[in-house]
Amino acid sequence: MSTTDLLELSWIIPALPAAGAVILLLFGKRIGEPKSGWLATIVMTLAFLASAATLGALYSLDEDKRQVVGDGFTWMEAGGLKVDFRFLVDPLSVTMILFITGVGALIHLYAIGYMHGDPRFSRFFAYMNLFAASMLVLVLGSNYLVTFMGWEGVGLCSYLLISFWFERNSAAVAGKKAFITNRVGDVGFMIAMFLIFSKFGSLDYFGDRGVLHEAGLLPNVTATAIALLLFVGAIGKSAQLPLHFWLPDAMEGPTPVSALIHAATMVTAGVFLMVRSAAFLEVSADAGMIVAWVGAATALFAATVAVRQNDIKRVLAYSTISQLGYMFLGVGIGAYEAAIFLMIAHAFFKALLFLGSGSVIHGMHGEQNMRLMGGLKKWMPVTAGTFIVGWLAIAGVFPFAGFWSKDEILAKAWFNDSYALWAVGTFTALLTAFYMTRQVWLVFYGPERRRDAGIHEPHESPPTMTAPLFALAFLSIVGGIMNLPFGKQNLEVLTEWLAPVTEAARRAPELGGLEAGHAIHPTSFVAGLILSLIALTVAIVGILVGRAVYKKGLTDEGNDPTEVRIGGFAKVLANAYYIDAALAWVVGRPATIFARFLSDGVDRRGIDGAVNGVGVLFQHAGGGLRRLQTGLVRNYALGIVIGTVALLAYVLVRTT
Amino acid sequence: MPEIEIPEITASYYLILAALLFTIGAVGLLLRRNTLVMFMCIELMLNAANLTFVTFAKELDDIGGQVIVFFTLVVAAAEVAVGLAIIVAIFRRRPDVTADDINLLKG
Repeated sequence: MSTTDLLELSWIIPALPAAGAVILLLFGKRIGEPKSGWLATIVMTLAFLASAATLGALYSLDEDKRQVVGDGFTWMEAGGLKVDFRFLVDPLSVTMILFITGVGALIHLYAIGYMHGDPRFSRFFAYMNLFAASMLVLVLGSNYLVTFMGWEGVGLCSYLLISFWFERNSAAVAGKKAFITNRVGDVGFMIAMFLIFSKFGSLDYFGDRGVLHEAGLLPNVTATAIALLLFVGAIGKSAQLPLHFWLPDAMEGPTPVSALIHAATMVTAGVFLMVRSAAFLEVSADAGMIVAWVGAATALFAATVAVRQNDIKRVLAYSTISQLGYMFLGVGIGAYEAAIFLMIAHAFFKALLFLGSGSVIHGMHGEQNMRLMGGLKKWMPVTAGTFIVGWLAIAGVFPFAGFWSKDEILAKAWFNDSYALWAVGTFTALLTAFYMTRQVWLVFYGPERRRDAGIHEPHESPPTMTAPLFALAFLSIVGGIMNLPFGKQNLEVLTEWLAPVTEAARRAPELGGLEAGHAIHPTSFVAGLILSLIALTVAIVGILVGRAVYKKGLTDEGNDPTEVRIGGFAKVLANAYYIDAALAWVVGRPATIFARFLSDGVDRRGIDGAVNGVGVLFQHAGGGLRRLQTGLVRNYALGIVIGTVALLAYVLVRTT
Repeated sequence: MPEIEIPEITASYYLILAALLFTIGAVGLLLRRNTLVMFMCIELMLNAANLTFVTFAKELDDIGGQVIVFFTLVVAAAEVAVGLAIIVAIFRRRPDVTADDINLLKG
């Protein structure tokens, strides 16, 4: 069996969690707790091992041959449309499946402890496995439609898992919000697919009819349209402005869901889609700039909002939106490798932070309000220690993973001469360090405020929960070695690994007679070093300021120190610039009024009115005619006589 | 002995008599309240009709009219049997047989 044959078996990777989901959905109740959790974790681990084997197999091939389309079948064929259901193994998809299955397996393990005692324990793991299967289909798909199928699958699982505790109204509402907001983005994705099909007659990424090879043949306007429509889909899925508002609400789901879906994997699908479609971005520079600026604006916006959130998970949710903004910034300027690098590093440290916050919530008996926490380091040393690792990583402190990955995006922005983007990104980094420091100090240091709220003693979480914390903390510390920015020493492992994909995208414009894009390289080592030092300084300044402000926790009056300093603006931040409220007013209110008109005016009065009106008419007619039936024989006799006379009169009149 | 001029009894006399009988029957049916009397009125109307049939049978020299009278008599007999049974049944349940008191089928 040759290596290529082995790679054609890539369908096994999504099939494993899919099988787990089917088994758990059918027999979950009988398997019970905790066995169903272990089953789900084991299939994820197997999928991870299969992914690792795929990585090895792909690595053994020559660099220009690292693109294998696996076994499959023709999914649909109608007229000119022929879509295969096949999986594509290339450096990009292998990178994605590795961290999806790896982080996914850890989070599944964690969830065994976190979901302990839940009445729908096995159902939860069925959904989690189904999510993993959909996500793997998304990244492995060999054409846009298979990717779209996975895209919708993860959207469905996201909905199911956000609303997992649907007895709580807020959870049910948040699930619907996420689902509907994603639909708005999906429309963009679908129109992009229609456009691609109408231009190329195919949806395949590569191969004989691959659209990404030929992207350069498109006129600039069309390429821009395709890229921006795909970006609309990415905005919805990755919670960028202006479709970001579903993600903070999605925190209603169980914390492992927030970690897996709304931090590490699903929300990065948008970034993946843009990197996969990089050829279109290369052809259209305008689209790239729009993507970069939307990303930068989102990063700044979400970071400012995160400063004033009190829910431990909502801080992390806004932080996720902000970090995704960084990734889009990287994609927009053409630093695809840097975006993927941050995506993986972010998966490590944000999953760690979410699982840590879940551990805190678990230990605090379900309390999520940071104002009631404080001083938890004493009670939960493991959680605190690992959370602090995650905090240093996301703040960008040397040598954690976040330092290398975020610095790389900022440096690429600088060397791309996008100084404004660099400035926005650097300021956002300062805010990131500040709000994460605020969170750490409010939760783990300072005075204990839980007694005022009558919360019992917190406790440390069980080993199934702390083990993934350790693993992710380890990855957050060493994750940076994936891609150290020392090109001459061949240490940019990830960049070189992704080169076949990214370089192919950069060469796409050549087909249309345009100049090929090029990877962004530092102009000099010293310049890169200075930029790194600036990033590090910013991170440390942010941390020091945060520590100085929140050293004593809240003020004596129980207020947030930041709130006291910035006054009225704090309220704007706490309400996320009122975007949610404004949308509810601009979109929600007219829609509600229109819906009420339809339900009340058209349906109840119009359609129901017509149907009921006919009934009422006959009822009244019957009521009137009823009186003729007096029950008195003599009345009937009179009727007969009158009838007879009338008939006779008629006959007489006619004959004469 | 004065000669009484007896006019020739023509068909008109019979028909007028029949019409008078029929009208008496019909008016009686409408005005009386005793079911038994009403029943008798119906019989009167039937016989008025019979008389008309016979008259025309003779006038037109057609035996058909007389045949129909036999049919009518048979039907009338049947009707009496059923009708009297109903009246007896009513008598058993109520003190009298006033038609206006019986309005159970009022709509």
